[in-house]
Amino acid sequence: MADEEKGTWRVKKGLAEMLKGGVIMDVTTPEQAKIAEEAGAVAVMALERVPADIRAAGGVARMADPAIIEAIMEAVTIPVMAKVRIGHFVEAQILEALGVDYIDESEVLTPADEAHHINKHAFKVPFVCGARNLGEALRRIGEGAAMIRTKGEAGTGDVVEAVRHLRAVMDEIRRLQNMPEEELMAAAKEMAAPYELVREVARLGRLPVVNFAAGGIATPADAALMMQLGADGIFVGSGIFKSEQPARRARAIVEATAHYDDPAVLARVSKGLGEAMRGIYVGALAPEQKIQGRGW
Amino acid sequence: MRIGVLALQGAVAEHLHMLSELGCEAVAVKKPSQLDGLAGLIIPGGESTTIGKLMAEYGFDQRIRTLAAQGLAVYGTCAGLILLAKEIEGSAQPRLGLMDITAHRNAFGRQVESFEVDLPVPVLGDPPLRAVFIRAPYIVRVGSGVEVLARYGDKIVLARQGRFLASAFHPELTEDTRLHAYFLRLAVGKV
Repeated sequence: MADEEKGTWRVKKGLAEMLKGGVIMDVTTPEQAKIAEEAGAVAVMALERVPADIRAAGGVARMADPAIIEAIMEAVTIPVMAKVRIGHFVEAQILEALGVDYIDESEVLTPADEAHHINKHAFKVPFVCGARNLGEALRRIGEGAAMIRTKGEAGTGDVVEAVRHLRAVMDEIRRLQNMPEEELMAAAKEMAAPYELVREVARLGRLPVVNFAAGGIATPADAALMMQLGADGIFVGSGIFKSEQPARRARAIVEATAHYDDPAVLARVSKGLGEAMRGIYVGALAPEQKIQGRGW
Repeated sequence: MRIGVLALQGAVAEHLHMLSELGCEAVAVKKPSQLDGLAGLIIPGGESTTIGKLMAEYGFDQRIRTLAAQGLAVYGTCAGLILLAKEIEGSAQPRLGLMDITAHRNAFGRQVESFEVDLPVPVLGDPPLRAVFIRAPYIVRVGSGVEVLARYGDKIVLARQGRFLASAFHPELTEDTRLHAYFLRLAVGKV
């Protein structure tokens, strides 16, 4: 039709709005994707390896083989996301050509550019990006990200960094809300964020896009914790398919995310899930082993 | 007037905002007991497979069917349209099945094909509605009791059956409250 407009800001941001209150799960095979969909995932992230394995393997982590992504797209009816390296706009062009529903410009992969992120306005497909604080989130939105996820520390199963980053974002939003208007320019300068977006956050009292929590969520209680702290939804990476009973755990995390403020439901769904992913204590990681610092 | 928005997953806040703008008492419904005393219920956009499973798990489906038979008005947007459909092409997923329609999921294609467009809706008059279609379904068949309210090209994207209303698109992502206002009139039997 002549006047239909594709890839508008409203359409990009709108898909993320539809994912709210839901769980997005990392999967590496069509079989895992089906388990995730059957458990009630709102979307899957198609990967070659989950973050825990990327961490263990070392070397350079890149965009997944398009054949794997396509097989996963064919296996499920829910949206399929996939990751590109920070700044690697050609990997993003490839994913857009494949028709993935969302691109994650992700610190979990090895960065391709140590100064610049992708100009995400140039794409019809929407992007989600990681952030550790409000300034980082607003820089990504300024570049065109239509969804944010707090980074946490991927592949650890330790929720402490996810909590730190979400608290940082929420605290800074509350601070802006209580600031007289003449102080917003200095605040924008201090957090290295676009002034117009700083003003918008002060007015709205929230980010102008959906904000999910990620990086270290391994149990239903972790998911509900992030929701109670103000996340719009949850990414679970290694936490499901590195656990003893992935299907049961996936289902439990979906229910915990939907009923995050109902301790009776949380108690019921947390029972008998088998062992969670073993995990890595973030405090024992050397600074260079943390991937959250990737992104500028 | 008290209108609920099913709040298991999806774009709940946007519908609550629209309803408040129209002067309703808007309620986020997380438990079946909250359905009592509602004049209408909105099933929001989200993932229909996720919402359908959670509805069945927590006993919403039976309760909503019972109340709908007693006059509860129900409006489904996008995923909500799919859940209202009696038939879903190629899928056995849980649903309410209140409307005699067949829904085709992700019918316009994947996210890169999602779009917005000015859509004429005769029952709302001028100007056309800004309709936002996100991985949207459309209706491929309507039963004899179903009134088609809008088509995009040859595709049915808005339909009504008695007190049930279904749209393939998302008026809650715009500032235009006319379709929500129409649903409120429908809930009190004025259209």
